Amino acid sequence: MPIWLNDDEFRTLSAACGRLIPTDDTAGAVEAGVPQYIDGMLGAFLVDPPLIWAGGPSSGRFGGTDGFSRFHRLTALDELAWRMRIEGSLGMAEREFNGPVVGWQQIYRDGLAALGSDFGELSGEEQDARLRAGEEFTTVLYEHCCEGMYGAPEYGGNRDTVAWAAIDFLGDVQPRGFTDAEVSEP
Amino acid sequence: MTVDAIIVGSGPGGATAADVLTRAGWTVTIIEKGRNHLLDPENPSRLAQDYSNDEIKFLHRHFLGPDPLIEPRTFRVSEDDGERSYTGAVNSIPSTVGGGGTHADGKVPRFRPEDFRLHSTYGPIDDAAVADWPVDYDELEPYYAEVERLIGVAGSAGANPFAGWRSGPYPMPSGAPMYGAVLSSAAAESQGLHPYAAPTAANSVPYDGRPACNNCGHCAYFGCPIHAKGDPVAMLQHALGTGQAELLSETFVSRLRTNGREATGVDVIGPDGVERTLGARFIVVAGGAIETPRLLLLSGIEHPLVGRHLMMHFQTMNVGIMPQRLHAHRGRSVTHVHDDCMLVDDDARDAARAAGLPWIRGGLVEHGGGGHPVMEGQFYPWGPSHKKLMAESPLRDRLWAFIMQGEDLPQATNRVDLDPTVRDARGFPVARITFKPHRHELVASAHHGPRHIRVLEDMGATWTATTTSPLVAGATARSPFGDGATNYRGPISAIPASRHVMGTTRMGTDPATSVVDAYGRMHDLPNVVVADSSVFVTSAGYGPTLTLVALAARAAAALVG
Repeated sequence: MPIWLNDDEFRTLSAACGRLIPTDDTAGAVEAGVPQYIDGMLGAFLVDPPLIWAGGPSSGRFGGTDGFSRFHRLTALDELAWRMRIEGSLGMAEREFNGPVVGWQQIYRDGLAALGSDFGELSGEEQDARLRAGEEFTTVLYEHCCEGMYGAPEYGGNRDTVAWAAIDFLGDVQPRGFTDAEVSEP
Repeated sequence: MTVDAIIVGSGPGGATAADVLTRAGWTVTIIEKGRNHLLDPENPSRLAQDYSNDEIKFLHRHFLGPDPLIEPRTFRVSEDDGERSYTGAVNSIPSTVGGGGTHADGKVPRFRPEDFRLHSTYGPIDDAAVADWPVDYDELEPYYAEVERLIGVAGSAGANPFAGWRSGPYPMPSGAPMYGAVLSSAAAESQGLHPYAAPTAANSVPYDGRPACNNCGHCAYFGCPIHAKGDPVAMLQHALGTGQAELLSETFVSRLRTNGREATGVDVIGPDGVERTLGARFIVVAGGAIETPRLLLLSGIEHPLVGRHLMMHFQTMNVGIMPQRLHAHRGRSVTHVHDDCMLVDDDARDAARAAGLPWIRGGLVEHGGGGHPVMEGQFYPWGPSHKKLMAESPLRDRLWAFIMQGEDLPQATNRVDLDPTVRDARGFPVARITFKPHRHELVASAHHGPRHIRVLEDMGATWTATTTSPLVAGATARSPFGDGATNYRGPISAIPASRHVMGTTRMGTDPATSVVDAYGRMHDLPNVVVADSSVFVTSAGYGPTLTLVALAARAAAALVG
């Protein structure tokens, strides 16, 4: 269940993510949970503390504490920055000290609407044509797809670290690290 | 209450000044506009647990600040661009407790003796303010040695045949070399170059109460989760451990208060948004070469050279794709470098003369690997080829690069001033950067680049390319995968990517041609001391950190007498 997008928007988002990073013999964006990552980012302030910065110093995947699962509290300025980025300035004077800011929520609402409510039923070629036609939104979407795919799973994507496994990357390795031999030898 | 010294900025320069001053019994207040993710706020002898191997937080979500929506900067190449061509992130060295030291990968080379005497050694260059420094290597050497011990530097004395003299060995041996650097060093040597283990402020053995680096690979751009990087956490811990220092984070200094030729204190805005004035006998300004002149200009200090002679290293990136995996995501970010391109040899003189210049100097060349997977993914096109490329990893796991940090000549027209209309979230004018490289940098880049392509080919590279930052006018970045790369488009490509910023309050003996004296004291306000890379006269081709830290230690030592 999406936390910020409505069900129709989430279906369009999932279909679009599936074209940008498709499924083949390994998990694509959909199986990795990239749509959930993006929805969680758009709804970051529905959760307390907001889903902006995972904690440290380790995730627990290689020992140590599971600090990644405890998100940082934001200061007033941090919250201002991230509400501007996600929600936009919405006409509020305290967010428009350098003029209006269009937030990701608006960019996604408009971008998904432009892909069309029938997007999920189109052929792959037709979906790609619409993604190319809306290049500005697709650029934003692809950047976020890569974050959700290859970022830490605590942010909602890269489910069970499937994307790291597919590229032979261990991800966060504290407190284990690597031995000197693992650094210096082939 | 009036303290002995207020220090504006908690990065390497400010932290070093705090350490030296508190050791002499001074009371200091360190003021940092960013958040404290470095030290346990309750007990600064303990380290915070906020840093992590988290690419999203550090590379894509501004965790160390500055957030470009809250603290933007503006940029233009010249006045021909109008008031600005870009607003956003411009050379965002972290705004956080620990400053740029938190995210650096810790390469801390010394300058060489000639780097302080460019004018007398090689002579002037048209349209550049080439000058000697008012301090030389011999005078600075004891401070280099002291701060290498303070920070904890791992290195191999004698490994660099072009290095200046040393009074002693490095405090620690070098750490484990990257596999790729083992290959690239051998190939570079076969081409007549002289690679050596980079002096690095990451512990190779336990040092000063902090552990040895465990090679986690999240180094450049990341805070160290185990605090094996010594710069500047060691100095901040020492200073706060004396009980003589107080650290105010999330506190913005909006103005220096002055009375005639004396500064009396600073106006600050705290985390609660409340404004107040703090008094001090001395003010140490260490905000970095962009924020320091911004503060002086916000304070109405009108010296005509404040903000001028901004220098940012001209980066030449020679990259190659190797047949085998290099796993550069393990260990330190760069373990080997060479100084050969700093030499003014016959070849360099010929290339200079052919271009109508008296001489050229390149810079330190770093041997390094690819970045992290989110960044990598964003470089490939979307669609069916994405996952195949990610699995084969030509631009991360099989990438090798030689990055030259080219000496950038000082020009009075390259400057920081206050943007006429863009504001930060607190309502203050932001720094505007006006910057265009000198022809010298372009000629040096073109001369030294091709040599490294030959080294990459000798390593077995199947594809190579050269690009620069800033991107030379008319050039386009080549990508092996079509238009996947988005980083080289638009006005942003004119903004130097190097985080090595210098100049803007240059030091000298003559108040007409310099802002501060040989000890960082402002000619017009002698109880204000600049303790960061703003004071640099020329930029050499080495990372500025160790030199700015040595100068800060020397300036603070001069204050306490």
